[in-house]
Amino acid sequence: MTGTPSQTVGPYYTIGLCRRRDHELAADGVALTGRLLDGQGEPMWDGVVELFDVETRTWGRAGTDADGRFAFVVPRGARRLEAFVFARGLLRHQLTRIYLDGGAGAEDETLVAQRKDTAEGGGFEFDIHMQGDRATLFFEH
Amino acid sequence: MSDVQIDFPDYRATRWRAPSRTLAPIPEELHALEGPVFGEDVVEASDNDLTQQHAGEPLGERIIVHGRLLGDDGRPIRNALIEVWQANAAGRYLHDVDQHPAPLDPNFSGAGRVLTDGEGRYRFTTVKPGAYPWRNHPNAWRPAHIHFSIFGRMFTQRLVTQMYFPGDPLFPYDPILNSVRDATARELLIARFDLATTEPEWALAYEWDIVMQRTPFGE
Repeated sequence: MTGTPSQTVGPYYTIGLCRRRDHELAADGVALTGRLLDGQGEPMWDGVVELFDVETRTWGRAGTDADGRFAFVVPRGARRLEAFVFARGLLRHQLTRIYLDGGAGAEDETLVAQRKDTAEGGGFEFDIHMQGDRATLFFEH
Repeated sequence: MSDVQIDFPDYRATRWRAPSRTLAPIPEELHALEGPVFGEDVVEASDNDLTQQHAGEPLGERIIVHGRLLGDDGRPIRNALIEVWQANAAGRYLHDVDQHPAPLDPNFSGAGRVLTDGEGRYRFTTVKPGAYPWRNHPNAWRPAHIHFSIFGRMFTQRLVTQMYFPGDPLFPYDPILNSVRDATARELLIARFDLATTEPEWALAYEWDIVMQRTPFGE
């Protein structure tokens, strides 16, 4: 059977997709934040990111704010997260991966999260660039 | 496999947002990976009836939307989470960004959730959304539609799409619908008027089946 085609999530997805706070994959986890940026380096304030940790089978979702920033709490010790990106202007969502363990085995250097240490205890930073010199690698799916 | 052209210039927002790099092949281990599972706890009682979420009833044409969620092998996908959101009958979303000068409806939020049943069926009650203007091009109007987000059984069976209503005169002018370049595939986004499911003296009905395609591995 032919699959139903994709259509963009549009600018109003928060009505349907952000009714709950789904950004915690693990209650006692570690922070993962980042920005979603377009081809002009502008923040995408109307995107949504979903993460899935295969090892713990935990899932989360977060919309982006006015700075294009998303914020998750991910399982401590997670090595790699699978990530879907949805936004107005994306006619189909995109698949990427976030490596948290230094990036051994990463398909591309753009998939490696940066470790950051803060007063609150540290975490990871991972920006998603749709286009440009630092364009994130996305996968067929 | 996607029938949609992601860098579709008629839809302006794709210009700086569609991925610029060539996509890498799907990692092999993701192909056979089962996706997240959602249970009854994520669905509340009024989530399948968008007309019963406030003290009063929303204005507009009451409708039932139902159908089946299927894999591309034709088998039903059970216990799958479907999330929907939409404009009200006047074509206005309950969202800060929506500045269309049409009235909000205090009795309509426009969001719902359902889990498919043992035969892959879903059903919800709502009001028919209105068309609304957007600024993609001069005098641009979106045909009436309901947004759908669906989690299939497999991780890669993830779909966000829009359901349209039959016979809408705005179809030829809508770049989002027409980003699906194949006319036969576009038809898959349009619900069927379903007289048999209509509830007399109460609500009209539309039927829309959703098929979750997966990319054959190695293609």
